[in-house]
Formats: sequence, structure tokens, C-alpha cells
Amino acid sequence: MAGNWLLPAETTSSGRPVLRPGEVESSLQPSVDLVNEEHPNLPILKSGLLVLTTHRLLWLPNPESATSPASAVPLATVTHIFQSKKSIKGMFASPRVRFQVSITPDGKVQERGSKSTVITLVFRGKSDPDSFVGKFWEAWRGRAWEGSVETGEGEPGRVELGDGGGSSSSDTGLALKMPVVGVSGILRKEQEMWESTDKSLQDAFQDLNALMSKAKEMVTLAEKMRQKLLSGSSSQANATNDEEMGSKEEMQDWLLSIGIVSPVTKESAGALYHQQLSRQLADFVKIPLERAGGIMNMIDIYCLFNRARGTELISPDDLLRACSLWDKFNVPVMLKKFESGVMVIQNKSHSDEEVFSRIRSLVQKPDALKTGVSATDAARTLGIAPAMAKEHLLAAESKGFLCRDVSPDGFRFYINIFQDIDPNDAYLVKEYGVYDAWIRAAIASR
Amino acid sequence: MQTLGEHKLPHFFHYPPYFTLQPVRETREKQIQLWKELILDYCRVQKIFVIGLEEDFPLFSNPAIERSLNHEAREAFLSAIVLDGRAEWMDKSHRQCLILWHRIKEWADIILHFVKENGLEDSVMTVEEIRTGVESRGTDIHGMDRGVLMRALKLLENKGKLAIFKGASTDDEGVKFSV
Repeated sequence: MAGNWLLPAETTSSGRPVLRPGEVESSLQPSVDLVNEEHPNLPILKSGLLVLTTHRLLWLPNPESATSPASAVPLATVTHIFQSKKSIKGMFASPRVRFQVSITPDGKVQERGSKSTVITLVFRGKSDPDSFVGKFWEAWRGRAWEGSVETGEGEPGRVELGDGGGSSSSDTGLALKMPVVGVSGILRKEQEMWESTDKSLQDAFQDLNALMSKAKEMVTLAEKMRQKLLSGSSSQANATNDEEMGSKEEMQDWLLSIGIVSPVTKESAGALYHQQLSRQLADFVKIPLERAGGIMNMIDIYCLFNRARGTELISPDDLLRACSLWDKFNVPVMLKKFESGVMVIQNKSHSDEEVFSRIRSLVQKPDALKTGVSATDAARTLGIAPAMAKEHLLAAESKGFLCRDVSPDGFRFYINIFQDIDPNDAYLVKEYGVYDAWIRAAIASR
Repeated sequence: MQTLGEHKLPHFFHYPPYFTLQPVRETREKQIQLWKELILDYCRVQKIFVIGLEEDFPLFSNPAIERSLNHEAREAFLSAIVLDGRAEWMDKSHRQCLILWHRIKEWADIILHFVKENGLEDSVMTVEEIRTGVESRGTDIHGMDRGVLMRALKLLENKGKLAIFKGASTDDEGVKFSV
């Protein structure tokens, strides 16, 4: 019997599971062992994070002692969940949950396999197995995987649209099925789509409860439309004019920002809430950060993240805690606090030195030598928000590289020429220094 | 090179941040240093003894770049000169500042030198004569601040180099040199 009898599970770089279309997490349990009872010589998956989703049971290894790969048991293969027996022995041992899955003759987990085996979950951490069993039953009986089988089977590869807000890796898969004839075809299809969704939209807005129950549908819908638009634009690129392309891109952006399908919630993650939220956030911010030039204001992230989460909003405090946990994980983003108290999220690769050297070259341009630079000028050159640009300018000032000029014209920064002036002879100008360069630009042009 | 009246000004007088008090310590120290020297230099050449903080002082603004020092900056730069012993606040609210481009002791030495130069070792002069007379013409003493002059004379009196005697009014206080 092969060692990898379970299916492999993919994770993001920050350690969050990659979910299938429509898959939603419902419970997370720390420190869980996964054991095959009938074949004790198979490797035991020890002390990992157990994630129950509507489609699968995922076991993710502990990042500090990663011995086994992340594994998955599709709920479709589960044939029976045993009721846990209360016994005196059970009071002292770690709680266990047992269930039966179908396997192929050579022992691999598979739906409608000819044989079956029993898997035991051992809960070593402080957790509540009873509520877990309840959710397990609920997910198993919900048979959510059946609805998405057709897309799942059509694309055996990775179909990711969950956490990151969707990627374009699966765009071509759907494009083949869509019989699109010209731009009018797309538009007509869209029209039909809108009409059919109009009703569900109306339903959704009847009250909040209804909206929450429709939320998943809405996100699926948005994703479908996004993919349709993408496929449409690729096959009809030569027939569409720029204006239409523009509006499509806008539409895609708009749909992209609609949602995280499976937001981490206090309910599903429990004690692991902030940790999981932190990982999800790290995955989420990658795309917006890239667009914003590697650095973003905390407030902007808060708005984007909550908009993507839809109804499961988080508080600013939770966001802050999630960000502060990044130090502990190996994620490519970091939280930075400026001296003024402004907090930003930036890529680790987005170094201060780089920004600094760009400011350096900016203030040495002839115009900047003459009239200085404002935060707005710097923002334009650096491709970041003015408030952020100002923080960088102030940081450069505190390093003694810039000087400020406060006047009725506003707040501007100049290259620091004081350091280049001889204190014993104020009239002396050293050649080729900053002072010299400034005189050439500012005085000579007078 | 730019000028203010007849005074030659350094290039950085046209550097806008020169007119904003810099918040960063190291930069600010350098800025204050440059201002101290410029103020003393200007006062020496222009024979200015008193700077009023609320009055228009030509050095404190540069119309060419439309910048001028605010009150805080003026006070900071003058205070730095006071700390060096080259100026004194004339009132508690720091509205007027007496600039001593020569310290009182230096002034006393200059007066002694002037007396010897003109062979006045045992003569009598009024204070006004010293300030505005033909003899002092062309020296730093000519047109100097009366208050500063009196303080220098008192210092010399204490050393026994001269005697001050009062006339009918303050205008004709006399000095008897005995160098």
C-alpha cells in the first residue's frame, strides 16, 4: 500500500489552504493527528491543523515540524461517521472521532472505491470535538461538492478563486464551453445573465439574512461573469474596440474585488481566528499591493479587505492584530509604522533604501533644486499615495538629507545644502558639491 | 553674489529652507550657526546695535524668494547669539535684542586704543564728543550705541583708567582719561 494514500492538498505561500470553487471552511481544529486504524504501519499524520470545509477534510502540517505533506480527504469518499462512544477510558485519553472512507483496492482514497477503511482523528489540543462532529455531519450531509462536480471534473487542474480573490489560471477552461459569437453574443449572454440574476439580487436585498445566505451565490456569479468576460476579450480581441476593452477591464476589476468566498470567521476558526485571519490577509494583500507600488495605507487595506469579505466584516482591531502576527509567519508582507504613527502594509522587497534613492534622484533634478518638491510631486514620481509620500519625505528629512520650507505656498522639501556650507567661510562654494549644484540651478537662472 | 543695500550676502540667502526653522537637530544647528554669523556680520558692517523682533529687519526677509522668518525663528537665532555672549535681551518679553558685535571688554580696549592713538591720555571729553566727534571718525566708536559706550566707560572707570563726572544734564557727561 502506497504511503500517499490521501490526496495532496495545496496551500498558499502563507500556509492557508487553496480552496476549490465554492468551497467554504466551516471549522478549524489545532493539533490533530490523522491515523489509519486498519493499517497502523502507514505514516501517522501528527499534530497538524485540521480544516473542515464543505468539500473536504484537510490536514495541514505544523509549520515548525513539517514532516508530512498537507493532505486531503474528499467528503465525497466518506461513507460513514461513527458516533463517539462515551466511556471511562475516554475521559482520560484525547478525544477521538472515527469515520469510514472508501478506498481503491490498492488503498488510495477514492469515491465509490471497492474497499473501505476507518480513519481516526485524535484531538490533542484544547478543542471541542462534539461541535466538530456536528459540523462534520452537517458538511457531509450538505453534499456541497455535488453542485460543483461538473466544473471540478472538467478541470482536473487547479481552479482557484477563493482566497486571493481569484487568479486567471483557470480562465481558458471555461472559455471553451462558452459558445460566444462576436461581441453581440457576449452582450446578449450578459443581458440574459443580468435578467436571471435580477431576481436573485432582489431576493438578496430583502434582508440581511437573505443576503448572507445568497452571498456565496453572488460571489460564484461574479466569478463566472469575470471569466466569461476574460474569455470573451481573448477570443474577440481584434473585433472589439478600445472603449469596450476599457469598460470590460473595469468590469473585471469590479467583479474581482467582490469576494473572498471563504472568509475566516471567529465562528469557523475559534481560537485560531487571528492566526488564520493573518494568513488570509497576507494572501489577500498581494494583488492590491502590487498595483499600489508595493506599499499601502492600513486604512485602504481595511476597506478593501472588508469589501472582499462582504458580510463577515472584521474590526480595525482584528486587522491590526492580524497584521502584527505577520512577524511570526514567513509571509512576504510586513506592517510598518512611521514615526508620525501612520501605519502601512508593504512588501518586504519594497525597501526603504530604494524609496530613499528615488527621492534622492528626484530632489536633484534642476526643477526640484529650484523650487523643491511637495508631497504631491513625490507621490507622482514614486507612484504612491501623497500621505505616504510625505512620510517618506519626512523620513528622508530626519536622516538629514532634506530640508523643509514652510511658506504660504505650502510645505516643500529641498535637498539639504547646509551640510555642504563651510561654517568658517559662508561665501566659499565647494566645487561639484550639492551646494554648487543648487547654486547653478537656483541662482544662475534668476 | 546678491547684495542687501551695500551688504554682500551669501548664496544660501536665496535658499528657501534657510527661512524655515529646521526641525531636525543636526540640520538646525548648522542653520543657526549660519544665521548667527550672518546677523553679527551684517550688524558690524551696518553699525546696528538693536534688533527689534517685531520690526522690519532687512535681514529677516528675502523679497526675491518671498520668504521671511517667523517670530519663533527670529527668537531662536537671536537667543543662540545671546547664549554665545554676543547679544543681550533688552526686556523680559524678548522684544528687543542688543547685539554686541564687540563684547563690552572689546569695546573698552578699542576706546583705550583710540585714546592712545589720538594722544588724549590726560584730556577731558564729553561722551557725545567720543561718539560723534571728529577724532572718532572712521573708527568703530563713531556712532556707537550710547548705552554700550557707557558700559564700556564704566568698565574702564572700575579699572581706574578714567573718571566719569556728571554735567548739568545727561547730554554732557564728561570723561577724564588718566591712562
